[in-house]
Amino acid sequence: MSDTAQSFPTRVDISLTVNGEPVDARVDVSRHLVDFLRLDLGLTGAHAGCEHGVCGACTLQVDGEIVRGCLMLAAQLDGAEVWTVEGLTETGALADLQAAFVERNALQCGFCTPGMLFAAADILAQGGQPSRVAIREHISGNYCRCTGYEAVVDAIETVAGARARGEEVSA
Amino acid sequence: MTINFGNPDRPNSYIGRTVPRPNARRLVEGRGRYVDDIVLPRMLHVAFVRSPHAHARILSVDTQEAAAVRGVRRIFTGTELAEHCTPWVAVLAHLKGLKSAPQHALAVDRVTWTGEAVVAVVADSRAAAEDGAALVEVEYDPLPVVTDIRTALDAATPLIHPDLGDNLTFRRLHEQGEVDTVFAEAHTVVEASFKTGRHTGVCLEPRSILADYNPAEGQMTVHHSTQAPHMMQSIIARHLDLPEGKVRVICGDVGGSYGIKVHVYPDEMATAAIAKAMGRPVKFIADRIESFTTDIHARDHEIDARIAIDGEGKILAIDVDDWTGIGPYSVYPRTSAIEGNQVVNLCGGPYDFAAYRARTTVVLQNKTPTCQYRAVGHPIAAAITEGLVDFAAEALGMDPVEIRRRNLIKDDAYPYTSPANMRFEGLSHHASLAKLLELMDYDGLRAEQAALREKGIYRGIGIASFIELTNPSPFMYGIGGARISAQDGCTVRMDPDGSVVAMSGVTEQGQGTEAMLAQVVAEAVGVPVGRVKVITGDTQTTPYGGGTWASRGAGIGGEAALQAGLALKESILTVAASMLQASAEGLDIVDGAVADKATGEARMPLEELGRIVYFRGDTLPKGLPRELVQTRHFITSDYPFAFTNGVQASYLEVDTETGFVKLLKHWCVEDCGRVINPQLVDEQIRGGIVQGIGGALYEECHYDEDGQLLNANMADYLVPMAAEMPDMVIGHVETPTKESVLGAKGAGEAGTAGAPAAVMNAINDALRPLGGRVTEMPFTPARILAALGTV
Ligand code: FES
Ligand code: FES
Repeated sequence: MSDTAQSFPTRVDISLTVNGEPVDARVDVSRHLVDFLRLDLGLTGAHAGCEHGVCGACTLQVDGEIVRGCLMLAAQLDGAEVWTVEGLTETGALADLQAAFVERNALQCGFCTPGMLFAAADILAQGGQPSRVAIREHISGNYCRCTGYEAVVDAIETVAGARARGEEVSA
Repeated sequence: MTINFGNPDRPNSYIGRTVPRPNARRLVEGRGRYVDDIVLPRMLHVAFVRSPHAHARILSVDTQEAAAVRGVRRIFTGTELAEHCTPWVAVLAHLKGLKSAPQHALAVDRVTWTGEAVVAVVADSRAAAEDGAALVEVEYDPLPVVTDIRTALDAATPLIHPDLGDNLTFRRLHEQGEVDTVFAEAHTVVEASFKTGRHTGVCLEPRSILADYNPAEGQMTVHHSTQAPHMMQSIIARHLDLPEGKVRVICGDVGGSYGIKVHVYPDEMATAAIAKAMGRPVKFIADRIESFTTDIHARDHEIDARIAIDGEGKILAIDVDDWTGIGPYSVYPRTSAIEGNQVVNLCGGPYDFAAYRARTTVVLQNKTPTCQYRAVGHPIAAAITEGLVDFAAEALGMDPVEIRRRNLIKDDAYPYTSPANMRFEGLSHHASLAKLLELMDYDGLRAEQAALREKGIYRGIGIASFIELTNPSPFMYGIGGARISAQDGCTVRMDPDGSVVAMSGVTEQGQGTEAMLAQVVAEAVGVPVGRVKVITGDTQTTPYGGGTWASRGAGIGGEAALQAGLALKESILTVAASMLQASAEGLDIVDGAVADKATGEARMPLEELGRIVYFRGDTLPKGLPRELVQTRHFITSDYPFAFTNGVQASYLEVDTETGFVKLLKHWCVEDCGRVINPQLVDEQIRGGIVQGIGGALYEECHYDEDGQLLNANMADYLVPMAAEMPDMVIGHVETPTKESVLGAKGAGEAGTAGAPAAVMNAINDALRPLGGRVTEMPFTPARILAALGTV
């Protein structure tokens, strides 16, 4: 991709926050969010499994919503607030969920896991005790080829129960 | 030294307990290190120009425009790359008559499937490499395409490799007993035809390799998402003309493999060859379309089968004619004949009967090559066997459980040799079935099913017994000439602080190998499991081994770890005895301290022993052995394979209007010998069941007659998702193998082996009152409605 004069720019400047830290970058207009994070910022927690918006391995949070990192362009992110699994690990926002995933062995290869955690956090954010059916529906945008999903559902169910009972987060 | 497994209160009793995986925490924090996460200085990226034709002659390749793309550093055609990488022919000497054609890393003058790599474009970034690849002009002359399995051998069908003389790559006929006579005289004969859909692994992490050649040292370092680092070391060395000792394969985190990543892929060999040719690190990460068109496919089988029974439901004979298409090449180095061969070995496996005939015919096609995928051949053999058994029961009006009770090999009949000449050391079909029926409340479910049928709700219960081949010996590949290690090793070392490092030749693919090894070593040495650090996946530092295949990690790698750990314990106690002026026999290691064996009283922490050995060796007697590193290897020798057994049940509902299947629940009782970590075993089985369900209900690679793969993307190729999957109840019977102290057999493939058969039988059980029957996987709504005659 060259920078030679064209009628439209091939690169744009963006200012955003990633995991709470300000980031200024000049990105290629075709750079996907997941590539921007992985290649430009070294945040490799989000994974590229399909690059066409189906598998959910690239799921992360932009402005409070979970999005597919492979379907969003970095160029769209000026002023945005991006959170990845690395950032939410640091803040402790996922601590109980991560502990439950480890405890229940809700991951095997772990490739789907960061994305799965975002999908899980999203249903947990709605509060209450979702049914197993509701949990299964909610994570149905995220492929997992290893676990068969049951352990993932169990882990999410456990955390929902603990949160509903107001139990302490155990990291 | 040995371990009293019968005593749950023994010290350091980690074997048999659920302990957390040491690597899980890293993965939930996004700190995994998969190949694509690794960035090396001056790293280049390669993208491949792939064939749009299933079969064509390459007339010309024009790379001029591509070479002008900014960032493109070099372009290799097949002819050019052939100077850097020799071709291979995937045959094994013990599979008599198996033949295949030489395969190059990049197609040289002909392409034989859509997706075959033709030109490699190397650039500073993947994007630039792809831009370049899009501009490479390849001129093709299309050739006739072979897709159909059954007509592949017809005289009128064109030959894929004219030099081979025909499109037959392998055929095996096994016959035991007077099969034709038994069928002619039997009370009842039931026939059925089955199809299993060609499908693939869909590892969430695509195939990934980063090859780094340092010409100054003549050293090749390959970061590879693989199951078999030592095998790859040997193969890369051979085909790139490097000494084996100058190739190091490192396998860090792997994002799913399931058998997909145990094969040699042309594009990965090309990447390594390019790294050597250019003297720079080169990365290749398959994209999803490349994954669908070039990851191995599997299970493309069509089968005609029949079963002969007497009036009491006793199985007299089974006769199987299996046909499979493997694409244009047998896959290196394991070959593509194994799956068909397994069908011959495994059909009828759970049952006690005498007359057996099975033939597999393995033909070439212009489709993606097929090879070993999780549970190789087992789901096919189980579907054939269990389908026939259910149809036989139906013919006699017998309950599916009853016919199994009458035919399963008795639990006290071992050792037992099957009519396929498989030798079973000890299985537990009846105990497993009994446990399954209890877990699922079989009678209660039957009553529920009957009550709902009155209301027009069609539920089905499907049972499937199976056997699973695990802990393979060299009889699987080694005797055929492949440099694939059936032996595995473990080195265990105590460091000055009393912590233990274990290096093993088996690998971690997410199944929990490292946790399993840690707990085995912790128990063997006598230290808390948190004090054991496990290292796998590096040919330079671990003992030579086979890696992950055929469910061998726990049974082979675990036993090597146990023996190494026990040997280290003995060495530690030799030193401790001298330091404490005691006899080594009177001492033990408990919880990281040398203790008095009789009383359990702690005498000395291992840190103290470590301090003396490493820093004050002068205080020990001259000549006292102080070897705090021990290595042991293990290989099975009494049996070619350790068979396991199990039985699954599926409960589901068929919507007879739409043909949709709703899975309600699934059960599996499995006997993998000694269970080392119950949670890991259960989750392997659950994951395996869901992969089996994928093959039964959703997964199929659709080709048109031109050999075009029509659904090479995740939106059109369906896999099981959370919403459709059932909860699964797992139970165990434990019949440890006597070949090892540990007694563990494999568990990684059992779920996949039996699930499709259980689901098929359940669907047919639901459809039975309506007169429909399905035997062609995947059981899509369209096929179910067709079976019901409503479309
Ligand atoms: S990589 Fe984004 S959904 Fe698959
Ligand atoms: S843990 Fe491997 S894909 Fe989910």
